[in-house]
Amino acid sequence: MTTLLIARLTFDEALRRKMIWAVLIMSAAFLALYAFGFQILRDDLVEFDRARRGVPNEVLPYEVQASAMVLLGLYTVNFLAGIMTIFAAVGSIAGEIESGTLHAVIPKPLARWEIIAGKYLGFFAMIAVYLSLMVTGVILTSRFIGQYTPPNIIKGLALLILVSGILLSLTMLGSTIFSTMANGVIVFMLYGMAVTGGLVEQIGNALDNDTMVTIGILTSVIVPSDSIWKLASYVVQPSVAVNLIGPNPFGTSAPPSDIAVRYAIAYCATLVIASMLIFRRRDI
Amino acid sequence: MALEVASRPVDEHDQMTVRPLDANTPLAVETRSLRKVYGRSIAVADLSLSVRQGEVFGFLGPNGAGKTTSVKMLMGLIRPTSGQARLLGRPLGDREAKRKIGFLPELFRFHDWLSGEELLEFHGKLYGMSAAERRRRIPEVLELVGLAHRRKDLLRSYSKGMQQRAGLAQALLNDPSIVFLDEPTSALDPMGRLEVRNIIRSLRDAGKTVFLNSHLLTEVEMLCDRVTIINRGQVAATGTVQELLRRDPVVDLVVGTVRPDIESMLAKHGDLRDSEPTDSGRTTLRLAVTDDDAVARAVADLVGAGVPVYAVTPHGLTLEELFFEIVSASGRRLDE
Repeated sequence: MTTLLIARLTFDEALRRKMIWAVLIMSAAFLALYAFGFQILRDDLVEFDRARRGVPNEVLPYEVQASAMVLLGLYTVNFLAGIMTIFAAVGSIAGEIESGTLHAVIPKPLARWEIIAGKYLGFFAMIAVYLSLMVTGVILTSRFIGQYTPPNIIKGLALLILVSGILLSLTMLGSTIFSTMANGVIVFMLYGMAVTGGLVEQIGNALDNDTMVTIGILTSVIVPSDSIWKLASYVVQPSVAVNLIGPNPFGTSAPPSDIAVRYAIAYCATLVIASMLIFRRRDI
Repeated sequence: MALEVASRPVDEHDQMTVRPLDANTPLAVETRSLRKVYGRSIAVADLSLSVRQGEVFGFLGPNGAGKTTSVKMLMGLIRPTSGQARLLGRPLGDREAKRKIGFLPELFRFHDWLSGEELLEFHGKLYGMSAAERRRRIPEVLELVGLAHRRKDLLRSYSKGMQQRAGLAQALLNDPSIVFLDEPTSALDPMGRLEVRNIIRSLRDAGKTVFLNSHLLTEVEMLCDRVTIINRGQVAATGTVQELLRRDPVVDLVVGTVRPDIESMLAKHGDLRDSEPTDSGRTTLRLAVTDDDAVARAVADLVGAGVPVYAVTPHGLTLEELFFEIVSASGRRLDE
């Protein structure tokens, strides 16, 4: 009960922050541009097809182009959600210790872990709502403007939520240890490292360089966000697109297995429990 | 002559009503050798306190003495390095005890995007109060702290004093058995202070325990049944206000003539601290004595020796003087 109360307060508080509204306005602008871009792509192709007088494009079928467009959309959404997660949660504990709002909360009849659990749930709910809206926006654009519907949308959405869940766990854990500022720096560095590590792994795969692949795998053990994004991007593409486009910064042709998902979930759980244990002993 | 050392004019009439508290009254706060060390710096060295239920307890000390750290340990914000503490007979962190505790932190800041009423709604839920209880109690405490007219306004728009009032409302929301108030009037104007003093008195009248942490010594003197002064992380003095102030009665004697033998005459009865001529050609002698009878004997001796005594004025020790005495005697912390 108390956990839900804290979750509710966290959710409400997040919605009152200017930062969230900035992200939401940017997101709305992105969706508008995205729809506009998709429309242009569609118009161009229709024009192109008319010129070909019905001969199908074997080299680059429309499905593949539309799928790439969806992938770009989801990549941006994933990125925005990651940024929003980190910014929203970066000071969730440290900031409240610094400002003193926890001083009146902790003496109340509740356990400290409930504060962590509540905050986690509140932010998680916020991210889930945000991602659902944004993914719906991308998919509806693709469907009604682009006349293309990608496969496994729900699974893809769930994986995107998991990506942000990973970043949220990391940010929350950092917030129980470091100051808001230090935590922001650390989490962004780790996030950047995860993205770069994913790239290094792909390049390593392409060049057949074991060291680079090992580096990539190691980074995805430390921060599994990028490997889950790769899996998400893989499942929402038709196989024809995956085969044609091949490995690229936004997707992959060699997705991580389901073990990666299990690992990511266990990772989140471990980090949340670690946050609770650290926060339990923390002097306020 | 009867001498009441502690009777000094003060601005409020009922400051000396100490209710007799039985030694058997259950303890609201009990700490034994509570200690908090941060690396090499000792915040609280050895704190042993007992606060009886139903008393207004003043917790004093200079900055850096460990007051806030002590209260934070009691409130579960800081883990003691060693030692024990019980609140309402229960160990620290006990949920049942927490239900009956109210706390106004010193560095309080609330979620300022809530209105006063929403803040109390949230804290009421944290206390596990039912919707009906909250509906009854929230308007009550808002009225009590004088914020009823601003209840719909965001805390952000409140002045510092109003925020402190909101904090007090939050601390009293659950009708607690014991209230910890850390500098509850620091942001208030004189009127606000008077109102808060009245709230504290009514809490005492309702049988609540009040643990008051304050720098305002006159306020403590007016309100508290018992006082503990801590310095350098340990108890430097403890007792009722009267006990503490009666420790060392001092009287000013206005005499007509000062003869060389007066000094030796008075030395039998007390410690002659000062001798100062008055404007009217007389002399004021300041004598520290051990009890009231010594004053009577000293006056009798003086009169018997032919020294006219024009006035005997008890020079009451104020809590402030006592405080300075204790703090300077045991030294201030150097690391402030």
